[in-house]
Amino acid sequence: MSSALTFTPAGIYCPAGDFYIDPWKPVDRALITHGHADHARWGMGSYLATDTAAPVMRHRLGDVSIDTVAYGETLTIGGAKVSFHPAGHVPGSAQIRVEVEGEVWVASGDYKVVDDGLSTPFEPVKCHHFITESTFGLPVFRWQAQDVIAAQINDWWAGCAAAGKTAFLGCYALGKAQRLMSMLNPDIGPILTHTAIENTNAVMRTQGIALVDTVQAGADLVHKDHPGALVLAPPSALGSAWARKFGAQETAFASGWMAVRGIRRRRAGDRGFVISDHADWSGLLCAIKDTEAENIYVTHGYTDIFTRYLNDQGWNAQVLQTEFGGEDAEDEAA
Amino acid sequence: MKRFAALFNAIDQSTKTTVKVAALAAYFEEAPEEDRIWTIAIFSGRRPKRAVNTTRLREWGAEVAGIPLWLFEEAYPIVGDLAETIALVLPPPKTDSDHGLTYWINALRDLAQVEEPERKAFVLEAWASLDPTQRFLFNKLLTGGFRIGVSQKLMTRALARATGKDEPEMAHRLMGDWDPATTTWAQLIEEDDPAANASRPYPFYLAYAVEGEPESLGNPEDWQAEWKWDGIRGQLILRDGAHYVWSRGEELMTDRFPELARARDFIPDGTVLDGELLAWGDDAPQNFNALQKRIGRKTVPKKLLTEAPVILYAYDLLEWKGEDMRQTPLSERRATLKNLCKTLPTDAPVKLSPTVPFNNWQSLADTRAAARDAQAEGLMLKRKDSPYLTGRKKGDWWKWKLDPLTIDAVMIYAQSGHGRRANLFTDFTFAVWKGNDLVPFTKAYSGLTDEEFRKITAWVKKNTQQRFGPVRQVTPHHVFEIAFEGIQASTRHKSGVALRFPRMSRWRHDKPVQEANSLDDLNEMLEIYG
Repeated sequence: MSSALTFTPAGIYCPAGDFYIDPWKPVDRALITHGHADHARWGMGSYLATDTAAPVMRHRLGDVSIDTVAYGETLTIGGAKVSFHPAGHVPGSAQIRVEVEGEVWVASGDYKVVDDGLSTPFEPVKCHHFITESTFGLPVFRWQAQDVIAAQINDWWAGCAAAGKTAFLGCYALGKAQRLMSMLNPDIGPILTHTAIENTNAVMRTQGIALVDTVQAGADLVHKDHPGALVLAPPSALGSAWARKFGAQETAFASGWMAVRGIRRRRAGDRGFVISDHADWSGLLCAIKDTEAENIYVTHGYTDIFTRYLNDQGWNAQVLQTEFGGEDAEDEAA
Repeated sequence: MKRFAALFNAIDQSTKTTVKVAALAAYFEEAPEEDRIWTIAIFSGRRPKRAVNTTRLREWGAEVAGIPLWLFEEAYPIVGDLAETIALVLPPPKTDSDHGLTYWINALRDLAQVEEPERKAFVLEAWASLDPTQRFLFNKLLTGGFRIGVSQKLMTRALARATGKDEPEMAHRLMGDWDPATTTWAQLIEEDDPAANASRPYPFYLAYAVEGEPESLGNPEDWQAEWKWDGIRGQLILRDGAHYVWSRGEELMTDRFPELARARDFIPDGTVLDGELLAWGDDAPQNFNALQKRIGRKTVPKKLLTEAPVILYAYDLLEWKGEDMRQTPLSERRATLKNLCKTLPTDAPVKLSPTVPFNNWQSLADTRAAARDAQAEGLMLKRKDSPYLTGRKKGDWWKWKLDPLTIDAVMIYAQSGHGRRANLFTDFTFAVWKGNDLVPFTKAYSGLTDEEFRKITAWVKKNTQQRFGPVRQVTPHHVFEIAFEGIQASTRHKSGVALRFPRMSRWRHDKPVQEANSLDDLNEMLEIYG
């Protein structure tokens, strides 16, 4: 009996269903865990994603054919039974469960196990083979509760506003930005957004995801009309000519990488807030345990170290080379 | 420690000097005086002795965190700081502590006297009672090396602001070997005249590099040129019948260079000289290699004293007849220094570093080109009417160094950096060709931009051939131009050469790996410049 999922140069492949999961080379049929660029790539013959993830994918990939599926709905593709389950990473993100002749695999894409109040919370899925990310697979990464971080960000913002400065908060446009919006206290001041973020907001609002009011900081923005504002922007826009037009400002960066002081000093302007859409050390271990899987495949992140630890602890783990993980400390997400 | 942690956070969470200075100044006004003294000590490199060795700290940290030691060791190079790695892996604190900075420093001092089990119990209890920031600072006190974004200059400015004194005076007060355990705030900052402490050196005046061509400095007649020596910048103090030798890094080196004691026989009390500590040959300085044998030796064997006798090559006079001379113009200081040196016997351990005569900038440029022949690394340009300033200041003193030597080399190993460079590959080993083999000959850590380090880091991750602990062997592919100040034969290096101040001056994207230089090229340079 061949394996339900195999690993090919184009990506994770299911021979029984003739489809790929988050492939990195163009293939006929791609099942997509979520819309981030390293998982949902351009050039596939057809796409299958959750109904919540699809609108942002259409926005990013343009005129492509995307079939949708609801969480928990079971599809039969060739000889494989396929279902999508919440991964808690960003709205619509999924773990993809594949069952072939009783053998169950779960490809979890990117995930976090805490409820961010925006994405459908992570649900453990029992399986024999579990494919896990390891972006923050080191014991130095332990996240604090979201409300603690929210208080830190709001305090900082209020301080900036009181000092007559604009607060610039760098974050990834899809997922992190919207999560931060849900954490901000709108009583402090207006929330402005860079165009890249506002475009994603517009897509999500159209599909019925409730987001707080934001003002797009486009070319025609009259800066003095928005005193005490917080501006959400992709990190690459911090310190740009566009940002400098706001006058006196402080900059911060929201990412799990901010847990490490050296990275924070290198990447952040004034402040770094430790908040991630990936599972921390204990989140990863807890998720793996809950799958009850015997075989663990470790992708993007601290793969070697995390795999060694899992083997030490009695799992049968191996490193899986993939092309996921633009979400390195030097990139913009995480 | 909460107040100190709040200060640390305020400093750490801003990139703006004004914010840092304001936070420090407020701290120096409000904190208990003993804590202020320790804060000054810590930020000026006078940290307490290491009370626990780092091997134990790693073991205890891993134990408390409930992780295997190997996992801790893997995480450490990624975080890039031992104190921080421990602070991050530990579980949240169980209790709360209100002890101040001085309490912890005294406790750590006492820790050195007790047996290991007691020591361990103390450290574990401290970890369990401190929040993550305080825990990080506690670990920093334990491990030493307190570089956290506060320069001595910044702290001096904050102290000046908090006390209403001017910065140069404050800088002078903080010099020398005062002991934070026994010095009071009043003694250090308020009461005494800064010169009252006989061993206290003056703050060194430091030069910037010439920007562009020296023509921009104006009339050559206003300037004095000297060789820029490749030794240790030092200050020789003769006061109250004793002598003291200080390095620029404020290290007291009196015992390391016993030959300077004879200066007392010829130079009157109440004199302070600024100059270069050099190993002296027959009638000229020896190269840095000769001095290197003396550095780090607290006691000097007789043979070495004969082979590499150290002198102070004096170029400035900071105190004369007990008077602070720093506001007197350089030309006058120099004249007095010259008269003093004339009276010295030829075997005295102090000599006058000569000026280099010149008529115009072009002729001086020609002289500079021959600096290596004079065992110098370039020229110093000093305005004749300039006072002796405090710290690095633009305008009156400039260094005009020789262009460095360069060689194109292949990167073969990479290792991640520390602190601000954590999780980035920044430390590289370079090789040159010997036939079809690559022979490693130097390491280099600096010279690339953050953007270039990011690019090379991504590349290293994808092109690792083998891992040796934190070191990665990479595919030989990238060529870098390595710049360096000097080259010496060395038996300790496989390549047979040792470079002085190697750094990456350019990433040669244009050069294929086959076109990097060879060991023969290096040996040729050794022949010419060694």
